Amino acid sequence: MDVIMSKNNSEYLIERNDNIYEVVIGLEVHAQVTSNSKLFSSSSTKFGAEPNTQVSLVDAAFPGMLPVINEYCVKQAIKTGIGLKAKINNKSVFDRKNYFYADLPQGYQISQYKYPIVGEGNVILDMPEGQKQVGIERLHLEQDAGKSIHDIDPSNTLVDLNRSGVALMEIVSKPDLRSPDEVNAYIKKLRSIMRYLGTCDGNMQEGSLRADVNVSVRIKGSTELGTRCEIKNVNSIKFMQMAIIYEANRQVDLIEEGEEIDQETRLFDTKKNETRSMRSKEDAHDYRYFPDPDLLPLEITDEFIDQLKSEIPELPDDKKKRFIDEFKISPYEATILVSDIDTAKYFEEVVVKMGKNRDMKLAVNWITGELFAVLNNKNIDIAHSPISAKNLAKLINLIKNGTISGKIAKTIFELMLDGDIDPQIIVEEKGLKQQSDPKALEALIDKIINDNREKAIEYKQGKEKLFGFFVGQAMKASGGKANPQLINEILKKKL
Amino acid sequence: MKLQNLLLIDLKSQKKLNAYVTENFENCLKLSKEFDNKPNYDLKLPGIPIAVKDLFCTNEVRTTAGSNILNNFVPSYESTVTQNIWNEGGILLGKLNCDEFAMGSSNETSFFGNVQNPIAKDLVPGGSSGGSSSALAANLTPVTIGTDTGGSIRQPASFTGTVGLKPTYGSCSRYGIVAFASSLDQAGPMSKDVKDSSILLEVISSFDKKDSTSIDFKRNNYSSELTRNIKGIKIGIPKEYRVDGMPDEIENLWKKGIEYAKDCGAEIIDISLPHTSYALPTYYIVAPAEASSNLARYDGVKYGLRSSGESLIDMYEKTRSEGFGEEVKRRIMIGTYVLSSGYYDAYYLKAQKVRQLIKKDFDEAYNKVDAILTPSTPSSAFKIGEKSNDPVSMYLNDIFTVPVNLAGLPGISIPAGRDKNNYPLGLQIIGKPFDEQTVLNIAYSMEEKINYKNNITDWWM
Repeated sequence: MDVIMSKNNSEYLIERNDNIYEVVIGLEVHAQVTSNSKLFSSSSTKFGAEPNTQVSLVDAAFPGMLPVINEYCVKQAIKTGIGLKAKINNKSVFDRKNYFYADLPQGYQISQYKYPIVGEGNVILDMPEGQKQVGIERLHLEQDAGKSIHDIDPSNTLVDLNRSGVALMEIVSKPDLRSPDEVNAYIKKLRSIMRYLGTCDGNMQEGSLRADVNVSVRIKGSTELGTRCEIKNVNSIKFMQMAIIYEANRQVDLIEEGEEIDQETRLFDTKKNETRSMRSKEDAHDYRYFPDPDLLPLEITDEFIDQLKSEIPELPDDKKKRFIDEFKISPYEATILVSDIDTAKYFEEVVVKMGKNRDMKLAVNWITGELFAVLNNKNIDIAHSPISAKNLAKLINLIKNGTISGKIAKTIFELMLDGDIDPQIIVEEKGLKQQSDPKALEALIDKIINDNREKAIEYKQGKEKLFGFFVGQAMKASGGKANPQLINEILKKKL
Repeated sequence: MKLQNLLLIDLKSQKKLNAYVTENFENCLKLSKEFDNKPNYDLKLPGIPIAVKDLFCTNEVRTTAGSNILNNFVPSYESTVTQNIWNEGGILLGKLNCDEFAMGSSNETSFFGNVQNPIAKDLVPGGSSGGSSSALAANLTPVTIGTDTGGSIRQPASFTGTVGLKPTYGSCSRYGIVAFASSLDQAGPMSKDVKDSSILLEVISSFDKKDSTSIDFKRNNYSSELTRNIKGIKIGIPKEYRVDGMPDEIENLWKKGIEYAKDCGAEIIDISLPHTSYALPTYYIVAPAEASSNLARYDGVKYGLRSSGESLIDMYEKTRSEGFGEEVKRRIMIGTYVLSSGYYDAYYLKAQKVRQLIKKDFDEAYNKVDAILTPSTPSSAFKIGEKSNDPVSMYLNDIFTVPVNLAGLPGISIPAGRDKNNYPLGLQIIGKPFDEQTVLNIAYSMEEKINYKNNITDWWM
């Protein structure tokens, strides 16, 4: 595989026979709206219930049943639109997308076709080489379908309608993405914004976030778009990246062989790591979209939008800026801390609890270092951190005011994990307080020099490496509690 | 109980009319007894047995929509309109035959067979609410309700010498009514006289949050506000309703109607509804388009008929081939066609634009008049089988009623005379949106002057 890694390490180019290709990617992200009930019915949306236990007569499309819009879902879509810095349309229309499938009870999906609720917007990606803006084409509301289960009964397909009618936001990007890394950053940023807003939990395992990936390739520098293929329903970032790499290379191979690329819909086979044709453009469904006569056009006033704007929390981009300005941390550190709303919350709580004498450097290092390592190892998210922000702040303050050394702090941190124990209590109970009494340390050092007279002489004769030996001995003798700075000072004086 | 017992004697002999699809007689008797034990005459329909069109979903009583595909369907819920009737003391007597999914003008498309018009043997009762009009005219239900998408209440009323009212779109909830064309469907009362229709309208019209197209407007007490004083009311006569080939007897009926209206004190004004001739083609694009989508849910997966097939597609094809009749299939195909990419703009979108023009015609007319008087139908009832192989001629039945649905207006048909065969003929009064009261008042005063009486011989007994 001839993939060039350029100086910009998120760039993705493919070289074949002296031609350099770039890949053009657009995403249609399906994000499940966080809402207790469905888009047009009052059924629960809770994940993981027994099959067909969260299905109303409307969801199962019984005769004479009618959809009634869930205002909360509309608000969630508008909030998301605001988070994407997008135009909120005062008038939008629900259309019927007609097709037959066993898990589509109405025989049509209620969606928005010509007039979506949200228009153009954009998202800023933080890439290693700098920021990149990705355009948002639109966001619309639609119903999810049910689930067909083919592998339980050998001769029948089973249908679970729990998901039928759940509200989805389809967020369509412009074809602005150029690499698997950018796709990764884009999905994470979208997810982050929606989690800040509380409009989508972004849980990919539960299917709350899925995407159709549009891929085309072209000679780098060209401004025309190549023929694209759409890879349907990919449900993890890793699979999206794998699918893009496979698909882009497939298309480049075709072009290099002088063949045409068919505009088609493809599926990604995660086991074989390849995309396969699902249907060609000629076989494309004619969905016969038309405005749903059971629903009136959705009319939203500016006052309604302004009200929702006033409810929008600080979003990642603004928070990042504030962290840099207010806490004097680096843009890199700020990016890490704001990427997830719970991390940002945790960090801010640590900052508050540290009080006046706060040490940002220590706070950032302990959160992104020790804490992240533990969370990763144990596979828990920061919202359920075994160490509370309050106690981590205490630990940091103990280091900062010299009560304990950084090394002892690591020991205490391990002990804190077992039930979020107050570090102060551990210090006292285990007697881990740093030894900072100069007289006691002098006595301790005098004894060490006495016991190691020959080495002390060697040091004086110029074997400076031995200084470390004496520091080590002193620390050991103090049970690791000696204030290392003081040890250094006294040793220099005495030796 | 007296009323119930009287009805039941007649009901036993109704089989030849085929007005009922499902009888609820025994349960009705039981509930009637309960009512008699604890009567409440403050209700608007105290203990009145009422049969309804089989398009209304009735809790635990089979609801077929006249279709094989719902032959075995028993809802676990009640339509808002019928619930309103039971809340006022009405008791379900049975479910009345209708054209399959309300698609038809003669009740000949029903899976349960055609219905006889009690006026004469082998005469259609109109459609799609043909079971309703037949049962009503034959005294097999004191009043009834139908649904009207393009004339399905008013045309059968006209064919049977009864009164039928289609309310303003949004007046009666569509919740629990098997949908035909959602933007046109409207439930309405059918009765022997205008007064009963006004009572029934009062009961069934309500704002319903379960129907997003239901409209929250102030509803009158239609029956207590009913008056024969229509002095000075301006009634428009649209010249475009004088269609080519209209029989003289319809023309004469209309003239007579104008005289009656004048006698009642109304002022007659000539008006123009210039887009009238486009109404029927517009209707036959919009209604099938919506129907093709509304009927997609009958796929054999969840309820109703399921034919076995070798694959999902095969099952769909067999279920829908066996479950739907010819007229329904025809309309699904028309609807699918006009919504197809490449044809959408030329048909569906254009039809929607024309629909706006038709509505605008009425809006402008209502700057000059309070109501409009037209014939209900271009002919009287025809013989069973006479038009069943000629869809276009069948569709022409709705030529005077369809514009009213497209514009969402209230319209009533009242019996106004007879043709040369002595078959009833109706006149239609069309009102302003939400102005059912004026429509009813005009009908009420003209009814007195016309003094029409059905002459039914009980030939089927």
